[in-house]
Amino acid sequence: MRVSITINGVEQSHDVEPRTLLVQFLREACGLTGTKVGCDTSSCGACTVLFDGESVKSCTMFAAQADGGAVTTIEGLAPSTDEMHAVQTAFHEHHGLQCGFCTAGMVMAAASFLEENPDPTEQEVRLGLEGNLCRCTGYHNIVQSVLAAAKTLQDAK
Amino acid sequence: MIPAAFEYVRADSADAAIAALTEHGDEAKLLAGGMSLIPLMKLRLATPTVLVDVGRLTDLSYVRDGGDHVAIGALTRHRDLETSDLLATACPALRGVAAEVGDNQVRHRGTLGGSVAHGDPASDLPAALLALDATFVARGPGGERTIAAGEFFQGFLETALADDELLTEIRVPKVAGGWDYQKFNRRAQDWAIVGALAVRNGSTRVALVNMGSTPLRATAVEVALAGGASAAEAAELAAEGTEAPSDLNGSVEYREHLARVLVRRALEAAGA
Repeated sequence: MRVSITINGVEQSHDVEPRTLLVQFLREACGLTGTKVGCDTSSCGACTVLFDGESVKSCTMFAAQADGGAVTTIEGLAPSTDEMHAVQTAFHEHHGLQCGFCTAGMVMAAASFLEENPDPTEQEVRLGLEGNLCRCTGYHNIVQSVLAAAKTLQDAK
Repeated sequence: MIPAAFEYVRADSADAAIAALTEHGDEAKLLAGGMSLIPLMKLRLATPTVLVDVGRLTDLSYVRDGGDHVAIGALTRHRDLETSDLLATACPALRGVAAEVGDNQVRHRGTLGGSVAHGDPASDLPAALLALDATFVARGPGGERTIAAGEFFQGFLETALADDELLTEIRVPKVAGGWDYQKFNRRAQDWAIVGALAVRNGSTRVALVNMGSTPLRATAVEVALAGGASAAEAAELAAEGTEAPSDLNGSVEYREHLARVLVRRALEAAGA
């Protein structure tokens, strides 16, 4: 079947099997390999992308379900090639990553979370990222990064 | 993990979904948010040959005041329940339990109707709707019928829905009394190893998650409370009539102990 999704502002249209998962569509049909497959069982959140502006696990969604919608991946989060998204900058500055495998999913989940809760407490950040696992257990700096990003985004308002 | 191949049918109306179900019989499955069905398909524990996608039936996504009850469209997402202003006053227990389902990503996709129709005894919302005495509206080729929550969950992942019926609405009586939900799990976003919900509305209702092949009411606890027992006394009866599963997360004995502890905590927090 033909599936057309606006990905990072560009329409991508490909012939795929109905059973194609969104993450396969992104990585294999579109070549956008920034989105990772971690557990493949909707537990770890490494495959998190934004679908119509909200975080979803792209390993647990068929590409057909996203047909006609808009997806943002880690490749498309930054406003331009010269400027990172506030969450990306905060992860950089606060060392919010170790091996980096969970990072794309963490950043996308955090960006969505901060849209819904722009001024969170530390506890709310931890709960807000409960769907994302870091096997390096580097949660402390991840949480600090998200709190810093929240402040940056609030100050910019 | 790739699901087995299937034919994909996108329904543009409830009637079209029912027509597709009627045509394909038990070979077909409805796909709403997919948060329960897709993992099962990836493990090939579910291998429908036709998938009828009802995820775009936005006319079945609503939370409305129905007078003595709240009417919720089956395609309403958990996210919409946990942020509903109407539920905050009319049924805060349902709002609170919805916020405990999975994680943000799951709640952005998962729907109330999907959770109900899946009928997983380890899910939070079916047990909550059992405690709240909800009513389900199902539509089939012959028209609409209503099913009480107490008659809906019939076995492990088995419900009263026929193969050609679509769950369209969930009606939840307004319950503004004290409530508390105790969910015990090891990973933050996991299913409950055991869960216990207490809701007060005149009498006190108690439901158990993952203590049998269906969501359960802790009837012995409710009867004891009605007879004047204290929360601690009544909670000792929490495992009566249950058939807890035994798995890697815990033995039957462990779950029965958890049920007694969690019911006591839920009753005390709910003010019972």
